[in-house]
Amino acid sequence: MQDTVLKTQSVSKYFYDPVKFRVLDDISIQVYKGEFLTLVGKSGSGKSTLLYCLSTMDTDYEGSIEILGKPITGSNIDTLAAIRNENIGFVFQFHYLLPEFTCLKNVMIPALKLGRHSREEIEHKAIEKLEMLGLGEQALKPASKLSGGQQQRVSIARALINDPAIIMCDEPTGNLDSKNSKIVFDIFRQLSSEYGQTIIAVTHDNDIAERSDRTITLEDGKIVA
Amino acid sequence: MKLNVNYSIALTHILSRKRQTITAALGVTIGMAIYLFMNSLSAGFTKYSRNEIFKSNAHIKIYQDDEMSKPLVTHKDALTVIINPQITNTSKKIINPEALLADVKKQPYITNAIAQVNFDAFYSRGSTQIKGTGSGVDIMDNSAMFNFGEYMVAGSLKALQDNKNGIIIGSGISDKLSLGIDDNITVSSSYGVVKVLKIVGIFSTGSDFNDSSKCYTNIVTAQQFLKEGPDFVSAIYANTPDPDVSQAYVDKLKNITQYTVEDWKTTNADVLAGDSVRGLMMGAISLSILLVAGFGIYNILNMTVSQKINDIAILKAIGFSGKDVIRIFVSEAFIMGLLGTFAGVCTGLLMVKIMSGIYVGPPIGYFPIYFELHIFAGSFLLGLGITICAGFFPARKASKVDPVSIFRR
Ligand SMILES: Nc1ncnc2c1ncn2[C@@H]1O[C@H](COP(=O)(O)OP(=O)(O)OP(=O)(O)O)[C@@H](O)[C@H]1O
Ligand SMILES: [Mg+2]
Repeated sequence: MQDTVLKTQSVSKYFYDPVKFRVLDDISIQVYKGEFLTLVGKSGSGKSTLLYCLSTMDTDYEGSIEILGKPITGSNIDTLAAIRNENIGFVFQFHYLLPEFTCLKNVMIPALKLGRHSREEIEHKAIEKLEMLGLGEQALKPASKLSGGQQQRVSIARALINDPAIIMCDEPTGNLDSKNSKIVFDIFRQLSSEYGQTIIAVTHDNDIAERSDRTITLEDGKIVA
Repeated sequence: MKLNVNYSIALTHILSRKRQTITAALGVTIGMAIYLFMNSLSAGFTKYSRNEIFKSNAHIKIYQDDEMSKPLVTHKDALTVIINPQITNTSKKIINPEALLADVKKQPYITNAIAQVNFDAFYSRGSTQIKGTGSGVDIMDNSAMFNFGEYMVAGSLKALQDNKNGIIIGSGISDKLSLGIDDNITVSSSYGVVKVLKIVGIFSTGSDFNDSSKCYTNIVTAQQFLKEGPDFVSAIYANTPDPDVSQAYVDKLKNITQYTVEDWKTTNADVLAGDSVRGLMMGAISLSILLVAGFGIYNILNMTVSQKINDIAILKAIGFSGKDVIRIFVSEAFIMGLLGTFAGVCTGLLMVKIMSGIYVGPPIGYFPIYFELHIFAGSFLLGLGITICAGFFPARKASKVDPVSIFRR
């Protein structure tokens, strides 16, 4: 029996603006340790919405979610922030970096916030992650001076810095060419199989979906496969 | 480590938008400098007017107030005999002043006490006559209380003590009658007593009114001008360790004498009311300027929060709590405020220094403005407090940002 790192029970969510409609409909899934899970579906099917609920950032849903065996539904927002900091790495659909900071500092910030390691250790580790993503040269550049694809890779490095149990990605390869897409895919593969980290990735890339461990397909907020 | 990351984010924000930071800080600097300057000025004026008051007033005055004659009523139900109420003449003097003076001096909270005999004086030479007032005093005690020795421009205090028929006059009288040291001056009183006295000293206090009307004689001389015996004293003056709480001493003194005890605040209520109105106005104006500077910080931070809403959403996504976000933005306000208040204190100091070197001319002399530590320290804290408050509201707004709604845009 595999360890469950994330579990949802009948998660439903509504939007009321402009008219009431059900964006997520009775979603119950279990995600296991070391699993590489992909979420696919047509645009507007509710993939991002589901990911925000799983990431603890969206708390406005029905049903319940458990992360690492602990129910998080209804927890206080500061507690949720601490859970995100320690256990969840997030890669956004549109690469979001802090523009005034260097790439290196962007990668370091979640670890500085966690405060588990010394500054030197964090810096060392951040450089390692950046090099892994082919960004060693760019480390000291301000984030705003990078191309879209480079920024996306920096945000992946940032998601990895605290060695989170779960890494959530919203179209992590959306801005990348095939070469870099492959690098990112290989990294995810390695993280899940060698380091036992769980990857939940929303993707439109059939190639990636096919080669992941499991694929969940959404349609109008329902799991169809 | 944990604290550091918030502050280093705040610092990076500040440094990456130097112009806005400087604008905000400059607003605080100007507000702060004006606040300091106006309050120092107000305090300086108050100090100046106090000094003026204490040149001729003691902290406490004990005297026999005028008493009105009362209508004669023999019985509650009897007819009231209507009379014309008048000041009763006999009650003007203090009975046994020596004993009272000694008694007052004995009080532990009295630092100094003297007796004065005051009379209306007319100084004349030939057909020229000047009206004024005279005080019979123990000149040494008097000088100790009012720092009178400082104002002597000719002759000496000691000469009056040594000469029963001596007189010290104001420089204005001396000029108008063209009489100098060792000249004789004819002085008459409202009781018709005329004396020829020898000028043994001339003083100049800088107050035109005093200088051209006042004179000092020995107590005995003054009593003779009033046709009174050696028991007569018009008033007893006493000083206390702290003039600000003179009322408390007045209450205590009232227990040992039945005469009217009045503190300098009562005597000079008009001047003090003027002082406090001026202080209040200056305080209110300068405080509002400081508040406007606070609004400057509020505005700039509000703008920053709006512009940085993406960054705030990211920070929250990667695990910063609402409190962390508040800390980040309040620190930014604090840094701007600290820069501003520090520069403001320096500017204020400079302004006070420059102003205090400006000579206004007599009787004021140099501009009455001084460096007062408590004003500067208080303003510094006030400036910081206002900027932190100004920073708190935008920071709270930032802490409430919902990251999901930002990422969806
Ligand atoms: N704030 C909102 N208010 C109302 N409706 C919303 C809101 N945000 C999203 N929706 C709707 O919810 C549905 C699901 O949106 P979501 O972003 O989850 O889709 P998605 O599967 O991620 O699409 P894509 O592949 O284009 O990113 C869409 O129909 C969208 O229009
Ligand atoms: Mg999406």
